[in-house]
Amino acid sequence: MRLSNRQFNLLAVSALIAVSAHLARLPWWLSIALVAVPPLRMFSRARSAKAISAWLRVPLVLLLVAVVILNYGNLFGREPGSALACGLLVLKLLESERIRDARTAAAFAAFVLMSALLFTQSIGYTLLVSSCLIVLLATLNALEPAPLDSNRPLGAELRTAALLLGLGVPLAAAAFLFTPRLGSPLWGTPGAFAEARTGLDDHMSPGSMTELLVDDSPAFRVRFETAAPAPSARYFRSIVLPRFDGTTWTRQEAPAQPGLEPVVGEAPPIDYEVTFEPSHRPWLVALDVPLSADTGLRMRPDRTLSAVGGIRNPNQYRARSVLAYRLAPDLDPVDRQRALQLPEGFDPKTRELAGRWRSEGRNDDAVIASALAMFNAQFTYTLSAPLLGRNSVDDFLFDTRAGFCEHFSSAFVVLMRAAGIPARVVTGYQGGWWSDVGDYLLVRQSDAHAWSEVWLQGRGWVRVDPTAAVNPLRIESGADAAAGDRAWYSGSWWLPLRNRLDVINRLWTQSVVQFNALRQKSLLQPIGISSADQRDLLLALAGAFAAILLSASLWVMRSGRSTRHDALDAAWGRLCRRVARGGVRVRDNEGPLDFLDRSRAAFVDTPERARLEDLVDAYVGLRYAVTEPVLAEVQAFARKVREFRAPPRVQ
Amino acid sequence: MSALGARLESTWQKLLALAERRLPALTRLRAAEALPIRLHRRRIYVLPTAFGIGFGALLVIMQLGALNYANNAALLLTCFLAAAAWMSLFAGFRTLAGLELVAIHAAECHAGHALPLTLHFHASARARPSLRLRIGTHLFAFALAAGDGAGVAIQLPAPRRGWMRPGRMKLWTDQPLGLFVVWSWINPQTSILVYPAIEESAPPLPHGPGQLGERFSAGDGEEFSGLREYRSGDPQRRIAWKASARHDGLLVRESEVPVDDNRVLSYASLHGLDHEARIRRLTAWVIAADAAMLSYALELPELRIGPGLGHSHRHACLRALALMPDAPQ
Repeated sequence: MRLSNRQFNLLAVSALIAVSAHLARLPWWLSIALVAVPPLRMFSRARSAKAISAWLRVPLVLLLVAVVILNYGNLFGREPGSALACGLLVLKLLESERIRDARTAAAFAAFVLMSALLFTQSIGYTLLVSSCLIVLLATLNALEPAPLDSNRPLGAELRTAALLLGLGVPLAAAAFLFTPRLGSPLWGTPGAFAEARTGLDDHMSPGSMTELLVDDSPAFRVRFETAAPAPSARYFRSIVLPRFDGTTWTRQEAPAQPGLEPVVGEAPPIDYEVTFEPSHRPWLVALDVPLSADTGLRMRPDRTLSAVGGIRNPNQYRARSVLAYRLAPDLDPVDRQRALQLPEGFDPKTRELAGRWRSEGRNDDAVIASALAMFNAQFTYTLSAPLLGRNSVDDFLFDTRAGFCEHFSSAFVVLMRAAGIPARVVTGYQGGWWSDVGDYLLVRQSDAHAWSEVWLQGRGWVRVDPTAAVNPLRIESGADAAAGDRAWYSGSWWLPLRNRLDVINRLWTQSVVQFNALRQKSLLQPIGISSADQRDLLLALAGAFAAILLSASLWVMRSGRSTRHDALDAAWGRLCRRVARGGVRVRDNEGPLDFLDRSRAAFVDTPERARLEDLVDAYVGLRYAVTEPVLAEVQAFARKVREFRAPPRVQ
Repeated sequence: MSALGARLESTWQKLLALAERRLPALTRLRAAEALPIRLHRRRIYVLPTAFGIGFGALLVIMQLGALNYANNAALLLTCFLAAAAWMSLFAGFRTLAGLELVAIHAAECHAGHALPLTLHFHASARARPSLRLRIGTHLFAFALAAGDGAGVAIQLPAPRRGWMRPGRMKLWTDQPLGLFVVWSWINPQTSILVYPAIEESAPPLPHGPGQLGERFSAGDGEEFSGLREYRSGDPQRRIAWKASARHDGLLVRESEVPVDDNRVLSYASLHGLDHEARIRRLTAWVIAADAAMLSYALELPELRIGPGLGHSHRHACLRALALMPDAPQ
């Protein structure tokens, strides 16, 4: 049977919705092509009943495969696979002329929708994609032949689809909770397909963070056991970069002194829990200097945290930090030498300036103060920093004098080293937005920051943030307030609202996205199984399914039985019972009119008699005068029967 | 290829018939039952359709993909889709459960024409969209709205005269998503009389025995001779409306020429035709005589009807013709 235009159009809309869930990741020309085809076909199909010939369809499939291979290099993997699936769905639409094709296309659209979620798991996106299921199910429903009213509005199908999804909630919830999660992937390494994600890198050169600083996506969230530290103290150290080659700062792989840098706490420690968003990098964060952290994490000698592999799923961990401390009060000579290392042949003017300060007899503190005073007096903070030449620090300090945290920390550390003070660059995040509702701190990628640490005799590594000297607002109020010159279209104007809504995101991340094999183990604790293995979970799944399906079956069968006696008979039975209270019982061999005759004798001269006559009359009319009584009249009859009261028994 | 298909089909039908004879409990052969027939849970069957099985396989793939990428959002979406698909089974069952076939009405039909049937279903509180009915190889789709009993008009081929049983019908639906087929067999104990086929371009009606006697009057036999009470079967144009108005019942003008009108349609007089051809011609004559308002009598080998005229006479004649025994071999 050929699809009606209505059915086809609905199918085309479903396909369009499924494809549009992928548009952001597809090349723009493919997006345009995929979005344009369904409406074109809808239009052409409405005008002529001709199917599209295979001479056009087969070359289009080949073209699609060629295009995907050219663009992505292969056909497999998430990115090319989803592009191919989108294209095939649209091409399937071109050949959908019969119900069977249309059903296949609709099922394939479900697959395309689901694959969109493999890229983004945010709550908004999931809700959006899930709501598309309604359109999809409505399409399948519309493919049913329904000859009575082919011109009906879409409402009926949408209602059916929503009803099915609603009824399915218990089943879906049970399946979601109890389906055993895989400890390790069945095929491939999911990380191998990881596309570029924003996040801190383990190297830094002036300008390398620009992309990160305009990215509003959440980096991590922190929940504090005790009071949260003041905004200006919210420094989250992530990576320490002591090596400098003239342009780029990099990590030191193995320190000369084995083991952690010792730390002496000088304030009560703070316990907190971090939920780190996937970054596909191993680096984690810790508030200032961590004393201890969860066992699954690595703490590097410079007291920064990292995971064992790249972080693909949200990572939750606990740590204990201290804000006032002495870090590595005794510096190993080799490490000290490394912290003073400067590449030969770079930045002569900077070295000269540092030498001049030293020759003026200034001590370490005075040199630091001079540098900060210089930054404060002559430098400006801007995200659109001018480009720097080969002697990047010279250019910055004496020429451009405008930049952001990277420029300031890099120049400051070079200046310190030139003056003979051990120094290093530290990157991480600073600031964040405190959610009163959720009682947690939200830190975005745009809160990424770079600062410096200098080693002072007797005090160990001390944090110095040169950016604060230039732009105190950045440290006090966060990155967003500091970058006041951003355009309206960057989306920053609704950041306050998004900050407020983040509590929902967090709930979503914690309850759904992070629901992993580990969390599933504790799922059966309420019924006494402290650590559920796969067998327990499968048993629970089977039990939940059986319970839900059994109750659904009972409900369906009960509702099938309830119409056994029709409404008219039920009302008549009620009337007979009422009259029986007055002393006249209907006999098995008696029709309504005979029954009425006997009742007349019993109810002499009561108002009920006239009413009973009317009722019996109405019943006879409804039951015997027409093949099928009108529902409204039956209901009116039933109402009147309910109002009828038998007269008191006459003796 | 199609020949092979036809052979397979006929083999399958034979196997099915054998199975139903030998294993009635297993194949759910339903003896003919009296109307009304109500579909309850013990006679409703459910199986996934081919599309349903394919969809299930797709759901498994989606589930594995989501699990492999440890992607809970995709897993949740798949769970919802699967749950909705499963719930569609119950929705489909509800479409059929409680459905009650109350009556089957047939209109007049001659062999060789399509037999128009109307199936009357009992009113039910909920709508039953997209039901399908299969009788033999004939497929009908219909829907029942909520609240009103509805007649569903279908047409079946009626190749032979005589009693015809609509036979076993499969009432099925794959509502609402096409994933599960829900069906029930019904075999109503209803027989429909199919009148014999009408001979095309039959010769004109034979003259009545009037040629032997004298004609009482010329003209159309409208010579007025008296009034009598209306009898069922009298043609309408003979009713004396004015006289009837002054009387309790209807009065009919009697004319002088009833004998002349009285054609005898005799089976025995049709020499040279075979059994069925005679029946066809007699049928054509009955219809022609009725249309011409000529009174007629039907003479069959073991039965004589009439003379008479009118609706019930016509049906009595056609019924007798329809039920004529088959020609002796």
